[in-house]
Amino acid sequence: MTATLLTPEQVRERFLTKFGSGIRDSRISERREGKKKNPHYTIWFDLDRELLRPAIETLIGIRFPHLSVIGANDLGDSIRLVYIFSVQYGEVKSEYMVTIAITLPKSDLTVPTISDLIPGAVFGEREKQEFLGIKVLGIPDNRRLFLPEDFPDGVYPWRKDDTGIPPAMVKDLWASKRPVDRPVPVVEIKEECEMGAGPDKESGQTKKEGS
Amino acid sequence: MASDGKKAPYTLQIGPIHPSLKEPVMFTFEMDGEQVRSVDFAPGQTHRGIEWMGMRRNPVQIVHLTDRICGICGIVHTLAFSLAVEQIAEIQVPERADYIRVILHEFERIQSHLLWAGVAAHELGFDSLLHLTWRVREQAMDVIENLTGNRVNYGIVQVGGVRRDIVPEQYKIIEDCLSTYEGLLTKLLNLFLDDTTIAMRCRDTGVLTRKEAIELCTVGPTSRASGVNMDLRQDYPYAAYGDLDVRAVLPEPHMGETHGDVYDRIVVRLFEVGQSCQIIRQCLSEMPSGPYTAEEKPAKILAICKKATGEAIGRVEAPRGECLHYVRMDGKESPTSWKVKASSYSNLMSWIPMLKDEQIADIPIIVASIDPCLSCTDRVAIVRNGEKSILTKEDLTRLSVEKTRRLQR
Repeated sequence: MTATLLTPEQVRERFLTKFGSGIRDSRISERREGKKKNPHYTIWFDLDRELLRPAIETLIGIRFPHLSVIGANDLGDSIRLVYIFSVQYGEVKSEYMVTIAITLPKSDLTVPTISDLIPGAVFGEREKQEFLGIKVLGIPDNRRLFLPEDFPDGVYPWRKDDTGIPPAMVKDLWASKRPVDRPVPVVEIKEECEMGAGPDKESGQTKKEGS
Repeated sequence: MASDGKKAPYTLQIGPIHPSLKEPVMFTFEMDGEQVRSVDFAPGQTHRGIEWMGMRRNPVQIVHLTDRICGICGIVHTLAFSLAVEQIAEIQVPERADYIRVILHEFERIQSHLLWAGVAAHELGFDSLLHLTWRVREQAMDVIENLTGNRVNYGIVQVGGVRRDIVPEQYKIIEDCLSTYEGLLTKLLNLFLDDTTIAMRCRDTGVLTRKEAIELCTVGPTSRASGVNMDLRQDYPYAAYGDLDVRAVLPEPHMGETHGDVYDRIVVRLFEVGQSCQIIRQCLSEMPSGPYTAEEKPAKILAICKKATGEAIGRVEAPRGECLHYVRMDGKESPTSWKVKASSYSNLMSWIPMLKDEQIADIPIIVASIDPCLSCTDRVAIVRNGEKSILTKEDLTRLSVEKTRRLQR
């Protein structure tokens, strides 16, 4: 762990020298808000899939990062996983995001687990397995996370191909009307029980007045 | 344990009705007598598929969906999503909008922390304290209603800014509310932190060490109570926070030490209420003039968003911790990807070390201590036939209340 603060550019340099051509793309995005326009940064890396774990180990070598979440894109013939980290939290106005993206072809949707490096990653890895149909190798907990037990196998909600949610599973609640094919109730509803205005109410009122 | 012959560990299932909040999650406890040996939980009982819906809608529509992710964090999801889209579409938000966003954001924190304090009091059996905190919370809700038009689902943040301005006539209402809370805070601190029974129930209960907090990726007051210095308002200032110099509230400066227990989580949240009051006051005095949105017409916002390509992360410090929205747009009407990471998503894993070796009667307060928000975390809904709920929420609360009564004797 290094005590000195690194600028986003230094972190990017460190990755570029270490992984060289393994980095397919890298850029730093900057955003300034408020009156003083203080910047905050996001460093984006697109790596070869084999470099996922070495890259995260490098990040841990800088400082133990906070894994925010694992995002994902279905790009048609491949799935891109975006591991979103933040580093240097606890340092005033010096935290920035580091995202490490890898692309998996749909013919081989496997990715090694990172839960031995960052135990909290299990949650996100379980979610990616059930929502995208990828396989996390070495995951300590292979169960579903959010989807119910009776959710059909081979359907992955975030996929945009045939394995996505089929139209038959979509319930357009907004389009549903009151059901008309309900069976007739077994017990006959007594008319006196009905609430609201009507001839009953009038008769009730007259009775009251009479009594 | 089974070899002892006397107490075989047994399995205790709680849920899918949530043991302490009115939200569902399924817990399975491995028990040895009164003691929890291990914990497992299954969220997802309220999964509504909002991300799936969002990927079939345009950003202007999604803002309204994000408003409905959570009933308490109405600002944070809309704000995080808007921040992400604004970065992709390169929309510059007016400075005044940044300040209005921060004011609403902090009011949300106040009402959320007070709501939580009431829940915590209720789980411990102090219902008079519950009624006090929830009664005083109403004033924050009234101010939010005055500023946004709604108590929940505020519908105030939009891509490019906010929908309504804060006019000078409203400053007095805000100021009244802030001075009420600043006056009340001493009383609340006294009631919660100087009470022997609350200290007995909460000190060293549900401990999360600093190491565990970091490794399990926890966020917000849950990690700050374990001594992890992390607060996006300090570390990664968005909106107007860069102008305000916010510092993370940690238990140590206030209490002299960090235990990482339920008590410290109360400490952090209560002091954050006071901090929020200061932030709002500073925002009001430094509020810049000018427009409150980059573009008023939704059709124009939509036209800008349709052309946008790229990916971005919107990140805000919600009352429960970091709330993150990842959006990728590819020049189409709807985003290619949208991932919502609510703060409780990061915090749920911390239940496992917290609940280990604790007693059944302490389960409700420990579960509640991370302020779990499952509608945020789950976001998708399929009703399953409840099969094996053994202890109901009422049973658990009764056990917890009885424990407090025993300690009070």
